[in-house]
Amino acid sequence: MTRRIDCDVAIVGGGLVGSSAALALRGMGFSVTLLDKGFCGAQASGVNYGGVRRQGRPPEQLPLSQRAHAIWPRLAQLIGIDGEFLRSGHLKLARSPADMASLERYAVEVAPFGLALELIGHNQLHERFGIAGGVVGGSFCPGDGHANPRLVATAFAAAARRAGAEVLENTEVTGATRTFEGFALEAGDVAIRTRTVINSAGAWADGLARAFDEPVPLERTYPSMIVTEPLDLFLGVNIGIEGGGIYARQVTRGNVVVGGERAAPLADPDYSRPRSDGVLAIMQRASELFGPLRHAQAIRFWSGTEATMPDRNPVIGPSATTPGLIHAFGFSGAGFQIAPGVGEVLAELVRDGETSTPIVPFAITRFSPASQPGDASQAAMTTGSKETSP
Amino acid sequence: MAERASPLIVGAGPAGIRAAMTLVAAGLRPIVVDEGHACGGQIYRQPLSPDGRDATARYGSEASKAARLHHDFAALGIAIDYQSNTLLWNLRDGAADILRRGISRRVSYDGLILATGATDRVLPIPGWTLPGVFTLGGAQIALKAQGCAIGRRVVFAGSGPLLYLVAWQYMKAGVDVAAVLDAAPLSAKLNLLRALPLAPGIVLRGLRMAVELTLRGTRVRSGVSQLRIEGESRVARIVYRAGGREHAITCDGVGYGLGLRSETQAADLAGCAFRFDARDGAHRPVRDAGGRSSIAGVYLAGDGARIAGADAAEAAGERAALALLEDRGLPHDSMRATALEHALARIDRLRDGLEAAFPYPSHWAGDIADDTLLCRCEEIDAGEARRAIRDFSLTEINRLKAVTRIGMGRCQGRMCGAAAAELLAAQTRRDIGAVGRLRAQAPIKPIPVAVSLSLDERQHDPAH
Repeated sequence: MTRRIDCDVAIVGGGLVGSSAALALRGMGFSVTLLDKGFCGAQASGVNYGGVRRQGRPPEQLPLSQRAHAIWPRLAQLIGIDGEFLRSGHLKLARSPADMASLERYAVEVAPFGLALELIGHNQLHERFGIAGGVVGGSFCPGDGHANPRLVATAFAAAARRAGAEVLENTEVTGATRTFEGFALEAGDVAIRTRTVINSAGAWADGLARAFDEPVPLERTYPSMIVTEPLDLFLGVNIGIEGGGIYARQVTRGNVVVGGERAAPLADPDYSRPRSDGVLAIMQRASELFGPLRHAQAIRFWSGTEATMPDRNPVIGPSATTPGLIHAFGFSGAGFQIAPGVGEVLAELVRDGETSTPIVPFAITRFSPASQPGDASQAAMTTGSKETSP
Repeated sequence: MAERASPLIVGAGPAGIRAAMTLVAAGLRPIVVDEGHACGGQIYRQPLSPDGRDATARYGSEASKAARLHHDFAALGIAIDYQSNTLLWNLRDGAADILRRGISRRVSYDGLILATGATDRVLPIPGWTLPGVFTLGGAQIALKAQGCAIGRRVVFAGSGPLLYLVAWQYMKAGVDVAAVLDAAPLSAKLNLLRALPLAPGIVLRGLRMAVELTLRGTRVRSGVSQLRIEGESRVARIVYRAGGREHAITCDGVGYGLGLRSETQAADLAGCAFRFDARDGAHRPVRDAGGRSSIAGVYLAGDGARIAGADAAEAAGERAALALLEDRGLPHDSMRATALEHALARIDRLRDGLEAAFPYPSHWAGDIADDTLLCRCEEIDAGEARRAIRDFSLTEINRLKAVTRIGMGRCQGRMCGAAAAELLAAQTRRDIGAVGRLRAQAPIKPIPVAVSLSLDERQHDPAH
């Protein structure tokens, strides 16, 4: 039997972006239905590395990133848990003079945004952070940190539910049409009429965009992570490496999380699993960089499914084809930190039709052939294998 | 023509041994990897060093089977590539990652027989993590492989055929067995009548054990509940309810277990389809009568596929090997295959009776006290799990894992996973089959971060 729901906003995809938007919209008094084809926060939002990091982002993301930065310390009052958020600082390491020069250029470029980056030489790295060998210097962002994605993603959805959002899990949207007043969605045995639709469906968002004649060059990537047994605390900061390789953090309980490389999709590409070659490479690099790992055991590997865009920037903003449709997806392996800010931006877009945070660089129109002829091939080439530290 | 890779057999218990023999007889040279230091699996586990006892002392009524399997496996010699003390930690793209002496090696195979065995199934009770408490299987291994007992005055509690067997073995070894506390009501034992005509020897032997225990002064109680183990720094006594009142028994060792659960991570990593099995109360990899899984070239045998005991494991190992031979287009004895299937079907019917005689006390899950430790590795108690289930409206076991860390520690859910699923089912009033199953992740067991790579592995590694 079909159940009918009328609401102001239907959000497709219960990851961090969708859930935080749902929570913000409830705060503004809108009626909200949050739909997830599986469980809220079970995909990229819940299985990423957990870096809460502004450093290293393209400058155009920094206003949004700064907005989110102000939300993280308030998690407990917002969603009921602190999500194991630690303002540990983020230390990005350079393995060569060229990489160090790159970190220096970045520091100059983003100086206006107030990240308070501190460039650090080799000796200081060892003294202050106990970093072993193989690095020439680093860039330290004291305000950045890390958190537990499994908890944060799930808690945002739970908070949205408590705030009155209708949260429907295991409910896949199978039909979406524009109607006179808004949209008609079919999802499982539910029929939804809504004025506004937010497409925050992550690695599945391209399907909904395509349904409204807005194809996007979304690709899937699968991060790859290892976790050690709990160890004495030795790593106080969240570690990244210029040019990729590995990234690492240690949680309060003592486990060290090290990411790097790419996992591989399973037969059902909604799921993925770390490649053995990849985890062996991660573990080798980690034990070279961090002495205490040389006698530790790895107890667990994991992966997830993420959406990435050719220019590594997300799509955030109104649809160009369909009034009432708003996109927010394609965070390219770096969505965790900015997601709570994106939720607020989306809520403003619903309420006001505009937002106080600059999002022009994230317009979906940047991928339409008409707007940038000849750019598509160039954009595709930048997809490459270059890895950023989440 | 390129030579085909060898088949890989995981596990050298009764299923793995018979599978290896069958493949060797057909002219193949399988690789056999096993975590044990010597063949035999758990049931026919061999001592780490000679302790003066013979097979009869060690394996009791099963001594001749054990001796025959050990002998047959040793006789294979270099006809197989046997790697003991070896951990299979991942399966991928038709290759296995194995770890031996700190070195990880990638092994390609053509045909994979998983004979991964089982471990004890437990529901947490107060005091279950006190020193001196062992699982029934653990208590048996201590006696068999190390030649030592878990205490001087020991109580065995729980359910399953192993309960009486281990108690009897301890009694025979000269240990003071104070009590056997059976969770099942005496009426459940009527189900043994169903099993009696199928295997009178087994059923009567079990009954005889119970009688002998009683005659030697062991208190044998059925229908016990609300088990609680007490003690300061180690086990001092066990408390239980039976016949409407509480009893306490002084002891310094407890063997506890509620039947067995299959080790299925390797099958999961191989991509095998799973289905809920009402009799085992668990999801298990699907297989046909020949042992074929849902993945071509992957075969399942023994308790790792479904709990059926050592005799079934022998037959299933041989049957799976015959299926592999058939699928490879090699000569195989189809009459023998049919006979093995009949034998397995018979054991399966016997098993229906045994499982009904020793039912798993699912209803205990709802009674686990909030301050009882549920996940030992991550130190999460039942109350924390219940709060998470309530606060996040959880209905699925992988979500419970994600929110609480249950099953994320060293054991990867092998010890706590089944109990956590029962707790989730009890609290959400769902059937145990409806809360899902923990998806397996590599590594199957912990591996060193500074693991060395074999030379051929280095060639695969893009970092080198």
